[in-house]
Amino acid sequence: MESSAKNKELYQDMVKKASPNSHIFKNCIKAFVVGGIICCIGQFITNYLKELGLTQNDTGIYTSSVLIFIAALMTGLGLYGKLGKFAGAGSIVPITGFSNSVASPAIEFKKEGFVTGLGAKIFIVAGPVILYGILTSVIVGIIYYFLK
Amino acid sequence: MDYLYAFLVGGGICVIGQILIDKTKMTSARILVLFVVVGCILGGLGIYQPLVDFAGAGATVPLPGFGNTLAKGVMYEVDQNGLIGALTGGFKASAAGITSAIVFAFLAALVFNPKEK
Amino acid sequence: MAKHIGKQSVKFESKISVISTASTVGTKEGEGPLGQYFDVVLKDAVDGEDSWEKAESKIAKDNLSLAVKKAGLTMDDIEYIFSGDLLNQGTGSAYGIRDLKRPFFGLYGACSTFGESMCLGSVMIESGGASKVLVGASSHFCAAEKQFRFPLGLGTQRPLTSTWTVTGDGAAVLSKDGNAPFITGMTTGKIVDFGVTDANNMGAAMATAAADVILANFKDFGISPDYYDLIITGDLGYVGKDLTIDLLKKEGVDISKNYTDCGIEIYDRESQDTHSGGSGCACSAVTFSAYFFDKMKKGELNRILFVPTGALMSSTSVQQGESIPGIAHAVILENSFEEVI
Repeated sequence: MESSAKNKELYQDMVKKASPNSHIFKNCIKAFVVGGIICCIGQFITNYLKELGLTQNDTGIYTSSVLIFIAALMTGLGLYGKLGKFAGAGSIVPITGFSNSVASPAIEFKKEGFVTGLGAKIFIVAGPVILYGILTSVIVGIIYYFLK
Repeated sequence: MDYLYAFLVGGGICVIGQILIDKTKMTSARILVLFVVVGCILGGLGIYQPLVDFAGAGATVPLPGFGNTLAKGVMYEVDQNGLIGALTGGFKASAAGITSAIVFAFLAALVFNPKEK
Repeated sequence: MAKHIGKQSVKFESKISVISTASTVGTKEGEGPLGQYFDVVLKDAVDGEDSWEKAESKIAKDNLSLAVKKAGLTMDDIEYIFSGDLLNQGTGSAYGIRDLKRPFFGLYGACSTFGESMCLGSVMIESGGASKVLVGASSHFCAAEKQFRFPLGLGTQRPLTSTWTVTGDGAAVLSKDGNAPFITGMTTGKIVDFGVTDANNMGAAMATAAADVILANFKDFGISPDYYDLIITGDLGYVGKDLTIDLLKKEGVDISKNYTDCGIEIYDRESQDTHSGGSGCACSAVTFSAYFFDKMKKGELNRILFVPTGALMSSTSVQQGESIPGIAHAVILENSFEEVI
């Protein structure tokens, strides 16, 4: 049982053989269906708002907000976690997944206080998304300014 | 027809995420980051907007759509205000999304307690 | 006095009796295959408290008290408590045990803590420093998820190699006077690291440590696997169990016939969706306290090697790209004491 470099390498192979892989095909079907349904709900809200006569821009904002509200509510009820277990990326990738990633730490860490718990940890998952999203947008903006 | 396209494109984008999770063991946080960044770059290159025109919510609801919104916003602001727009455009465009997430998450935390799985 | 045997083992010369055990578990464990063996199955994961962490402390306190009561003793009879858990700075144990007002050693061996508690408790009795000690370990699924992984409400999928942290506390009272089973020896594990970095595959990270300490036990005592009725590791799960068998086969030892893992025994993986099995300090602690102790009392098992396993990483070390070091401690429990090895 020497943990030499060679044995470590051999062990990595053993681990790979002993570890079951995820059922990727089944997971993809579930992700496809749930992700597709969430987008259809978004489409339904969009179409409905358009009929009410909202502008293109406002429609987008309202659609996102409604989806974000539904996901935050489902997170509070403990339903979004269950959906995520079933759907994987199907419920992570839509904007509802972003909402879930903000609401779940907010709820989980409120016991540690409204400032040091909820306040400090609310972006524990979504913080990097905002950081790198905004950074990328700044770079895009600068490049656009010089190239246009 | 718009529902069919929304379903197919939206579902398809999620499948890409699922393959990344299962094949590369990426956590959901990394998936979210990757998709927003990629969406923003594609938006900047003008590649993502045609997908939005085709699939509607199927392209705007998944997170690359959020990235595209950032890119569109920043380019719009640069058009309006010059270079300073690079600093203001991203947050302006994503203000509604981020603010609703904060508000509804806070309200949810007020009302609900953590639940066991 | 105890005798040092071989490279890392001890043979006890006084009779260290396990006079009672107690186990408290959450609902999921109660619904599992071992449900009927547990003393207390909680109705929910907060157990009347307002946070997971407070619940774990309460579970630890109540279960340690129950072990003492089942031994027909009062807390005043206990000279030392050895216990630990998974939470930062060992608060799961400390906040429960502060109300018990007994001398306390807080231990951290990750999920191997129950083995560590039993070993050090036995040494304390063997040394003459105590006649009755209380040993235990606890863990809590929700508190562990919150600390090591993600908020519970986050919609993620668990890989098939991942394990499910057992909610509960296992405890035992060790005494210098009493009946079988007895703790007759121990082999203290080394930290073993074969470079596994996947925090969702703890069984693989710990299997090398388990195999290492089991092999050391055989060598030190000059015995073969059939010396034991059963060899029981702590929380390797299906993945880790297979790897342990393979690792030992390479060393020329076959334990496949009389070997099981607490993480496999405690859940039904098909119906309970626990993937590779159970884990956490409580996994080996409650499975021993409820199930294997019962089997020894009934004489269905007369000599076992109990090997709680642990992974000594933190979320910080994992984020910094460090590999996951494993540890395991082997405890020999026997119904007859006269055996001369």
